[in-house]
Amino acid sequence: MARMKFLADAERCIECNGCVTACKQEHEIPWGVNRRRVVTLNDGVPGEKSISVACMHCSDAPCMAVCPVDCFYKTSEGVVLHDKDLCIGCGYCFYACPFGAPQFPQDGAFGLRGKMDKCTFCAGGPEADFSAAEFKKYGRNRLAEGKLPACAEMCSTKALLGGDADVIADIYRNRVLKRGKGAEVWGWGTAYGKPEKQPPVQPGAKS
Amino acid sequence: MRKLLVIAAAVALAGVAAGCGEKSSVTVYKQGQYQGKPDTRPWDNDQFKGDKAAWERAVKSRSLGQNEYVRVSGG
Repeated sequence: MARMKFLADAERCIECNGCVTACKQEHEIPWGVNRRRVVTLNDGVPGEKSISVACMHCSDAPCMAVCPVDCFYKTSEGVVLHDKDLCIGCGYCFYACPFGAPQFPQDGAFGLRGKMDKCTFCAGGPEADFSAAEFKKYGRNRLAEGKLPACAEMCSTKALLGGDADVIADIYRNRVLKRGKGAEVWGWGTAYGKPEKQPPVQPGAKS
Repeated sequence: MRKLLVIAAAVALAGVAAGCGEKSSVTVYKQGQYQGKPDTRPWDNDQFKGDKAAWERAVKSRSLGQNEYVRVSGG
């Protein structure tokens, strides 16, 4: 098993926010905390594009590098998790993260910034699997049930793929080859390109 | 007078030599070690009973289920 990753296909996302709702419902996330968000570029303009964004579980995660109390760890499946008992809510990880993944509950008095909360790839946290403490702090542990993240499994158009990086990259590559479009996206060759399978780039095609 | 000159020379020498002792100002960051509680692996529970292969099969079948080209047309 390689690394667990998310892959968002902007060609398919219809901005339904089903992934956001699935995440909120699955983990009973409080108001004001959004582990996953849908970002739309050129909203309202024909050809607008949306992608679903959460923690990308970076291979070299900047949040792990900047945390002053070293509360982050990476599982053997490549999922970046953290220990809320150790987190001091300083917000350094929020500044370091290029995706705005770390969230801070602010429902306390005096604008209190609580302990950081983020997408766990539905893998719970450092508490006993399926325990009440794990659910309360980190949400449901679907990975330990042999399931994938709720957002990806719930996605109606399968714009959001989640799972083993090699497997979902193959699914995406196959999809691009079938529709003959998408290979012009920046980074395609680096991330998913197999030279013998590169689809022809159509002149004037939009990404 | 000579003694004073010797002291002044010693102080001056110490001051000049201090410049040579400058340390590198380039910070080398040390990777931190996780300080929290240890976590269990996803297959170490009552459902999979430590069977990593069974867990991988379950996750892989779910992953492949996301490919509707295979689901619908068999291709």
